[in-house]
Amino acid sequence: MPRYLVGRLAGMAGVLLLVCLFTYAVFFLLSPDPAVQVCGKSCTPERIDQIRMNLGLDRPFWTQFLSFLGGLVSGRTYGEGANAVECAAPCLGYSFQSSQSVTDMIWQRLPVSATVAVGAAVLWLLVGVVSGLIGAVKNGTWVDRVMTGLTLGGLSIPNYVLALVLQFVLVVQLQWLPFPQAVPFGEDPGRWFLNFVMPWIVLAVGYAAAYTRLTRANVIDTLQENFLRTARAKGLAPHLVWRRHALRPALTPVVTVFGMDFAGLLGGALITETVFGLNGVGKMAADSIAKNDQPVIMGVTLLAAFFVVIGNVVVDVVYTVIDPRVRVAA
Amino acid sequence: MTSTNRHPTQAGFLEVRDLTVSFPTATGRVDVVSHLDLDLEPGGALGIVGESGSGKSLTSLAIMGLLPDKATRSGTVRLDGEDLTAMPESRLRRVRGDRVAMIFQDPLSSLNPYYTVGAQIEEAYRSHRRGVTRRQAHRVAVEAMERVHIKDAAHRIDHYPHQFSGGMRQRVMIAMALTTEPELLIADEPTTALDVTVQAQILALLQEIRRDTGTALVLITHDLAVVSEITDHIVVMRAGECVERGPVESIFSDPKHPYTQALLDAVPRIDDEIGALRSLTTTGGRP
Ligand SMILES: Nc1ncnc2c1ncn2[C@@H]1O[C@H](COP(=O)(O)OP(=O)(O)O)[C@@H](O)[C@H]1O
Ligand SMILES: [Mg+2]
Repeated sequence: MPRYLVGRLAGMAGVLLLVCLFTYAVFFLLSPDPAVQVCGKSCTPERIDQIRMNLGLDRPFWTQFLSFLGGLVSGRTYGEGANAVECAAPCLGYSFQSSQSVTDMIWQRLPVSATVAVGAAVLWLLVGVVSGLIGAVKNGTWVDRVMTGLTLGGLSIPNYVLALVLQFVLVVQLQWLPFPQAVPFGEDPGRWFLNFVMPWIVLAVGYAAAYTRLTRANVIDTLQENFLRTARAKGLAPHLVWRRHALRPALTPVVTVFGMDFAGLLGGALITETVFGLNGVGKMAADSIAKNDQPVIMGVTLLAAFFVVIGNVVVDVVYTVIDPRVRVAA
Repeated sequence: MTSTNRHPTQAGFLEVRDLTVSFPTATGRVDVVSHLDLDLEPGGALGIVGESGSGKSLTSLAIMGLLPDKATRSGTVRLDGEDLTAMPESRLRRVRGDRVAMIFQDPLSSLNPYYTVGAQIEEAYRSHRRGVTRRQAHRVAVEAMERVHIKDAAHRIDHYPHQFSGGMRQRVMIAMALTTEPELLIADEPTTALDVTVQAQILALLQEIRRDTGTALVLITHDLAVVSEITDHIVVMRAGECVERGPVESIFSDPKHPYTQALLDAVPRIDDEIGALRSLTTTGGRP
């Protein structure tokens, strides 16, 4: 098991390195010249050349990539002399537009994104798994059909539409929720919580629908398994057949998908954060795309990729605990 | 045909009468088991033989009351005089796995991959013996595994089904069935998924268990050779109906129905170490 873990972590490091290389290469090839942006509107070609040299943009790709990796590990300095800016490790880049290191920008916004992700995840897991179970038990009845319809609706409604509808209904019409307004947790925890209710719902709906489907399908499949017949032939009561023999195999795949989905969201829920004006990583990414703030876009991309890769490994390790077949093979 | 069908040979322990199982289809209900009678004396062994799809598995599930929801069943299944079809589900559960135990064709998929074999064997025992401790159940499980000749049972009990070979998994299934000392064991194609040599071992084991415990056995198979070794009576099924029944010897020596004849012709002669040779010598005329 530890050996397996070591191998897995080494593999993860390799994948992360490749992710860095790939992302860096894409931005290197596709993005407009950062020097032009740094220089601003009134700029001479000579000045641009100088900035290029300062930032090392005149050097070959591999050299630049290596300095980027160096920055990740031990920080780096952009430019020289009076114009020099420090970027502490792990340096994901520097936003000249915001005069801030990308890492700092992300750190400031990560708590909001994490709050959105965690709350939504709790919601969609509860709703998705419970309604999936109901759908499986009521398979083929009108309850199941109604739920299938709702699921389809949940999957197809765009986030921003749902957000507008919710705001109109819950805030304007029913006035169940206050108008969204950023309040620090320490100041008024109740208000802070209410602020996140709509983003949580909006983000959770699509996932809840998908998890309902997944759970329902898995449970129905599991109920066909021969070992369930064995459990019944033993004379077990139905609730024991379910609890001991059906649920665990049926819900194991949900764990995998959940790990990946959740990890993906830590990189920011772009639309939800933007719609509700939540100052998270997702909104920052959207803003940076609008402003063409290339280092930030790349930083967020890398961050999201990191989370997915790490989430993958976590899921695999969790799997070795849940599924004895994987455990022994490992 | 009806005359052979209504021809109970023994009375007593298991008495199935007029068992019919049907499924709804687009064109109405279809009987997949129709008007079947079965009889088994205490400790006896009955073989149900027929090609795939002839309704053997559904017959066994109908006896256990474990048919799929869509299926309907009529007729009676008496165990020691008690009609299982009239029993409330809660009482039937106390029969299943305790007085009547079942083993299936595919031992790997019939065992839950998420639990150790020990946990699954112990579960069978504890669900019918209120108040036994974990430790007692554990001991019973080890003993059951030893009884089916799983080596190093005390250690193997903590392994998972996928860590066993096919034959060993079927032994685990048998051990699970044995913990409660059932009066009747229903084995639905217990050797079909196994290699020939392993098949022979499992059949020998079933034989041995029958001898040692006196449990009655219903052995279901598509292979007449398998059935000939252990059972004394055979019911030949085709398309849900019994086409021929009788003692093993008379079926082998003098099959009445062309379908039985065809099944006999299909009995392999070279690789079958147990049944066919003996049967062939007793039947004489077949090389
Ligand atoms: N759930 C089901 N729904 C409809 N028909 C079924 C179902 N299960 C089995 N059958 C049909 O019943 C017949 C008998 O099946 P089965 O008892 O499994 O045969 P055997 O065990 O002899 O191979 C088959 O023709 C099969 O198609
Ligand atoms: Mg069958």
